[in-house]
Amino acid sequence: MSAGAYAESPGPWVQAGRRLRRNAAAMAGAALLAAIGLACFVLPWWLGLDPTSTEPSQRLLPPSLVHPFGTDTLGRDLVARVLIGGRTSLLVGLAATAASVSIGVLYGGIAGFYGGRVDEAMMRIVDFLYGIPYMFLVILVMLMFAETARGEALPVFLALGLVQWLTMARIVRGQVLGLRDQDFVLAARVVGARDLRILLRHVLPNVMGPIVVYATLTVPTVIILESFLSFLGLGVELSWGQLVSDGVAVVNPIASPWWLLACPAAFLAATLFALNFLGDGLRDALDPKTGG
Amino acid sequence: MIEALCVLLALLAIASLAFLPVPVTRALGALFLAALIFVFVRVGYGAAVGAAAAIVAGGLAYLRAPPAILRRFAFMVPSLVLLIGVTTWLMYLAPGNPFAQEKSIAPQVEMALRAQYGVPESPLAFFQVYMERLLTEGSLGPSLKVKGRSVLDLLLPALPVSLALGSLALLISVVLGLVLGVRAGVRPNSFADHSSMALALVGISLPNFVIGAGLMILFSLELGLLPVAGWGGYRHVFLPALTLALPHAATIARLARSGTIEVMQQDWIRTARAKGLPERQVVYRHALKVAVLPVVSYLGPATAGILTGSFVVETLFGIPGMGQWFVKGAINRDYSVVLGTALFYCTFITLFNLLVDLAMAWLDPRIREAA
Repeated sequence: MSAGAYAESPGPWVQAGRRLRRNAAAMAGAALLAAIGLACFVLPWWLGLDPTSTEPSQRLLPPSLVHPFGTDTLGRDLVARVLIGGRTSLLVGLAATAASVSIGVLYGGIAGFYGGRVDEAMMRIVDFLYGIPYMFLVILVMLMFAETARGEALPVFLALGLVQWLTMARIVRGQVLGLRDQDFVLAARVVGARDLRILLRHVLPNVMGPIVVYATLTVPTVIILESFLSFLGLGVELSWGQLVSDGVAVVNPIASPWWLLACPAAFLAATLFALNFLGDGLRDALDPKTGG
Repeated sequence: MIEALCVLLALLAIASLAFLPVPVTRALGALFLAALIFVFVRVGYGAAVGAAAAIVAGGLAYLRAPPAILRRFAFMVPSLVLLIGVTTWLMYLAPGNPFAQEKSIAPQVEMALRAQYGVPESPLAFFQVYMERLLTEGSLGPSLKVKGRSVLDLLLPALPVSLALGSLALLISVVLGLVLGVRAGVRPNSFADHSSMALALVGISLPNFVIGAGLMILFSLELGLLPVAGWGGYRHVFLPALTLALPHAATIARLARSGTIEVMQQDWIRTARAKGLPERQVVYRHALKVAVLPVVSYLGPATAGILTGSFVVETLFGIPGMGQWFVKGAINRDYSVVLGTALFYCTFITLFNLLVDLAMAWLDPRIREAA
């Protein structure tokens, strides 16, 4: 075999990409996610949908051609509400995940990289926060904004990002702890690289696999948590969680406007399905050992 | 801002526990364990029994308990104190106070109410009052919103309700998760695998209150088999427990599946097969023992998740448990009810995590060697 053949051997990321593209479920998930994202962010603007305009004569209509998802108790069109609500849910999911990834990776990276007593002290704080039911912290943080910013999305990002970084920190710390004594770290140190540079440029890129996988699986968790908050009356004004909990509230044995629950729940579930498929596919692609 | 400084100092103090020499940690752990037992036993049986139990337990722990466990206690009790502090601070930061009413009340009246209930205007003073009451009287204080009742009066009847619901939910999730997961992992990519994993995906892709509403519609409204909501006989516990359990059953099934797949490829499984053991024995005697390890380590987070989920499920099904008191207390600014539930939840979760770690060490010789 010539040297050229060796040089053309694709890198680990390219190989992972190929494995991912062969995974039908993961690709279907990605396509579904793209379609939902496009529908939520482009359609309402393109069709000029208004989620708040009420029409007293059109209350609680079942799905029809004019209102494909029906209307709610105030005569608002459910298509508009589901799509605009999707914006909030997706944004909350992405923003809280971004926050948790950046805090978790840095914190876990530093703890794992320095190890020893520093590691022990830093992880004690994580243990402390881990011992508190996260919903408890989230509810307390949400209360602080109960009057000044009720129904706005920012406090929700903050509260959810605040509790989600713990698991990420633990994962990254475990991985970095295993890498810090490897020869390439020593090599970088011999060349004179500083700690921060070694951590950011040499160690963390090797942990990207678990980080990407866990981040993908954090988005659904955050979206579900947001729906819990909505259910308890502490969530964002208009989101899937809010719509679904409104839908649950109208369930009764006499007349159930099922579309109020079914339509937002279908979108929520489809998004979480897609994210979970994609996350599983990424895990199998980045870590071929665990593939079934 | 002095509160933020205090919290920071307390966090540093807890972190610095990691730097103490081993004998000091042992003594501290035993001391804290004794204090914890004293506070909890006194609530039920009075100060004398509490002190006796604390001395016996603390002494025994100091002499016999392994350092790893004592270290956990040395860390746990300061954490609980810090939790009280942080919770107090966050509640004071939230707008409104327990005595705010629709009509504005005279400042003198509010002063009198604050003095009567022991709720000073600053969080630090409240923390001091609360800790003093907890340590000297062993009391969780009066409820600020439910007139004439103490926090203990409110939480004691709720405790068995939450325990029954939570333990049944945990049992369902472990049994269901293991059955589905092992069935899927033994034959990857078979119909059993795909059907189990599809079911698991539904479990983690829907918020539990949607699952709960679905179960309610199906079993109570359509089939009329079980009561819709409320709490009373054993028939009331099934739907909420199933609702709480399903998301965790799904996660456990996924963990058990990947654990089983990994174990089934090991050499010693091949050996077991080679010496002619029936497949059933290979799976249940040899593989399962190792395949459940990730499931056991998930039990800690699962319990925390079930407690958290109970906030929602208790509200949905109208169950008078601890979760309801926490949500009500937080929304009504009933500071002492919130602190009481927080103390209970966190003690429970920390102790449960300790048990899980002990179980892990018992099951897995590799961890036992390392400890």
